[in-house]
Amino acid sequence: MDSKMLSEKPVGVVGAGSFGTAIANILAEKSKVLLYARNESVVDHIEKKGISSGQLLHENVSGSNELEEIASKCDIIFPIVPSSNFRSLIKDFSEYLHPYHILIHGTKGLDVSIQDETQESTKLNRNQVRTMSEIIQDESLVVRVGCLAGPNLARELADKQPAATVVASHFDEVIQAGIRLLRNDRFQVYGSQDLIGVELCGVLKNIIAIASGALSGMGYGENARALLISRGMVEMIYLGRALGGNTEAFIGLAGVGDLVATCSSTLSRNFTVGYRLAQGENLQQITDSMDETAEGINTIRIAKKLTNFYKVRAPILEMLHKVLFENLTVEEALQYLMKYPLNVDIDFL
Amino acid sequence: MAIDGDSYVKKIFDPILPGSKDWPVVQLSKDRKQFIESVINESIKVITAAHADSGSLKEEIEQTRFKETLRVKQNPWNVDPDDDPAFWSGIKARLLKTSNSDIEMHKDSINAILHEIVARYANEIRGNFRPSRYKMTRTIVKFGFKRLLNASRVKGFASIWSNKVTLQDKIQITGEFEQLRTLAKKGTVILVPTHFSNLDSILIGWVIHALGLPPFIYGAGLNLFNIGLFAYFMNSLGAYKVDRRKKNFIYLETLKTYSKMATIKGCHSLFFPGGTRSRSGKIEKKLKLGLLGSAMEAQRHSLQHGGNEEANKVFVVPVVINYHFVLEAPALINNYLQSKGQERYYVENDSFSNSYKILMFLFKFFTKGSDISVSIGKGLDLLGNYVDAEGNSIDKKGRFINVADYFISQGNVTADLQREREYTRMLGEVIVKEFHRNNHVFSSHLAAFTAFEILKKRYSHLDLYDLLRVSKEDSTIGYEEFRNSFEVALQHIYQLNNEGKVGIASHLRGDLNEVIDHGLYNMGMYHSKRPLLKNKQGDLISNDLNTLFYYHNRLSGYGLENAI
Repeated sequence: MDSKMLSEKPVGVVGAGSFGTAIANILAEKSKVLLYARNESVVDHIEKKGISSGQLLHENVSGSNELEEIASKCDIIFPIVPSSNFRSLIKDFSEYLHPYHILIHGTKGLDVSIQDETQESTKLNRNQVRTMSEIIQDESLVVRVGCLAGPNLARELADKQPAATVVASHFDEVIQAGIRLLRNDRFQVYGSQDLIGVELCGVLKNIIAIASGALSGMGYGENARALLISRGMVEMIYLGRALGGNTEAFIGLAGVGDLVATCSSTLSRNFTVGYRLAQGENLQQITDSMDETAEGINTIRIAKKLTNFYKVRAPILEMLHKVLFENLTVEEALQYLMKYPLNVDIDFL
Repeated sequence: MAIDGDSYVKKIFDPILPGSKDWPVVQLSKDRKQFIESVINESIKVITAAHADSGSLKEEIEQTRFKETLRVKQNPWNVDPDDDPAFWSGIKARLLKTSNSDIEMHKDSINAILHEIVARYANEIRGNFRPSRYKMTRTIVKFGFKRLLNASRVKGFASIWSNKVTLQDKIQITGEFEQLRTLAKKGTVILVPTHFSNLDSILIGWVIHALGLPPFIYGAGLNLFNIGLFAYFMNSLGAYKVDRRKKNFIYLETLKTYSKMATIKGCHSLFFPGGTRSRSGKIEKKLKLGLLGSAMEAQRHSLQHGGNEEANKVFVVPVVINYHFVLEAPALINNYLQSKGQERYYVENDSFSNSYKILMFLFKFFTKGSDISVSIGKGLDLLGNYVDAEGNSIDKKGRFINVADYFISQGNVTADLQREREYTRMLGEVIVKEFHRNNHVFSSHLAAFTAFEILKKRYSHLDLYDLLRVSKEDSTIGYEEFRNSFEVALQHIYQLNNEGKVGIASHLRGDLNEVIDHGLYNMGMYHSKRPLLKNKQGDLISNDLNTLFYYHNRLSGYGLENAI
């Protein structure tokens, strides 16, 4: 576990989006990093200009276009690609992966494993929905899996502002590897055994981030946001527990921590979606003009079906679903929520 | 009546190892003294490593002594050694001499006390395998069973000397037995059967022999040694003793180390991962992972020190035993109903409590037709991957997997107990899945399931306990209604079978009324109160709803209740 060992094998990062690039730069402070991008021109850009996703790269980062190279040179790999590409990536990757690999992903989305999901079934159960760590185990031989979640806005990480993250895994070994590789004097790393819970935190907070954007788009201030964040967290906990997470994860850094950051940041994609909805644009117009995926949209679609199946009470999610897919206006949705007969504040502790 | 005509072949298997001197278990009993010595030393290493200093070690011993003294007083058994009370009060006296204030000064005497306790445990656990006795027992079992069988099946008393019917007609071995024979040559096999009846140990012992495998060591509940007949079998067949009353850390570690060291030595072993017999009649869902964990450690140990993976590979083979009838069912289910939701100490006192009752059962078993099938599952490696006929681990896409890769960290095989615990948990989940897949549905299981589900639906407003108290009149089920539901359930079972999710006995394929009659005839046929039978009008009644519930439970976990 000494630093000599670390410098021998590079660490892999798969996906050169804004978050992937930011993580690559943090890793590069301690290790050599191989940054994979599917697109050759992006790799070219990394190699020749030392820039990825608009961020200047640390000198320890080099680019690669070959999954095979990543798997053979690296024991520890961070896959950070949009959830819609995640399964196909792991499928392509799996022939090079072995049980000695450690994968710590940073993707905040869900995957629906049934084929004709568009054939509108209104309900989904847990067996039909996979988290990213479950995809890794389904599609490859890798068992030592972890995830990365927390208030980690890529822009601020790139600016080297202080921040912290959670590495969650069933394996202490994976948590320790995450801490060893990521931690530095302005980046704190916490560990958690609740892999599913922490993954769900990252996934579900995107729903509330869209709602937060919508409130801002309506011109409302901090009281409204605080109301949203606290009630939003309750919904996250209800749904998260139905899907196999523990309450503890949601009141930690990856839960409430990430939720506050994402709901307050006007830069986040999910926030932007909500903001523009409130300004009167429709979903089609918004997605057409965004270059990176807003995970929250897909998450709302899946989460709504899950709540139908598990009969979870989630009014915020329900209203957002209506706004996104059923032409309800943000204003109407808000009116409904303000009339919602709330009974108890907290009933899960 | 073949259980599974497709895969069952009656066949005599040659032993895979010709002479008994080649058996690892014989080697083990030859170097027994040395082996026990190594178990003791290794256990002490593990126990000491788990304690920061002599102070906390002393505390551990103190606790053990306290629990043991309590056990001696409150729950003594015939098999307990007479010097138990003296031993533990001796330990107490010696502990008192090691004052807490200057604990490191007494380090040596604390270690000596630990050594003595561990040695006592290790010697108690130790099996007493003797090849000569093993052979004799085998012969008696085979001979006796065969005679009984023929006397009852082939007409006339003189036929007691006939050889027309063999044990293999009663007990059918299906599934991957050829692979099992290969794996036992290639590496170390750990058989993990479901556990429904005390008869299981004898049955599995016979299966191991019938397949030409060398004897397996296995942990048998110490309480079984209370019963003379069992004690004789157990001592002969390489059993080591497991005392469920001793739940202290020192004992459990010694037990696990014993199992680990034997696996490293290449001894095939057998243990019931459910821990005890299923009280509810359900297939085990939660497994006791302790002994599986020691197999995991043994595998890693071999990879660390052996180098040659193939010779040292450990295989796990799940086995499902199917009965129409479990002698202890009424006692087990009552026990389950009483203590549901809380773990309790209980005194073993059921139909298997003495040798006479067991002999009577065996006699009935062989004189009336009630079949047993033993289905041998596909071999697994310790990570739950299937292995091929040659013992190579393969992934879902058919590629070879190197098991050592799972234990490698930064290029080397390393010991990481937390990692291994997690692997063991994952393996446990795979075994549970395999149990359900290898389970063979019998007509009687399905009949019990259907009947009980009909009642559950009829009285959906009642909770389980009230439902079980419904009167006989109110629990009568019209034959038509029963048959219709049975057919729906049966179709569902066929479908699950096609999907590879469950096995079925071949007697399930045939005329519906005959299948139902077969099920009713066989279900709990020796119970004094039949769980399900036809009355004069041809409708179905139950004389014992608890036991009906027990047999019903066998098919829970397949989502079948939604079909009915």
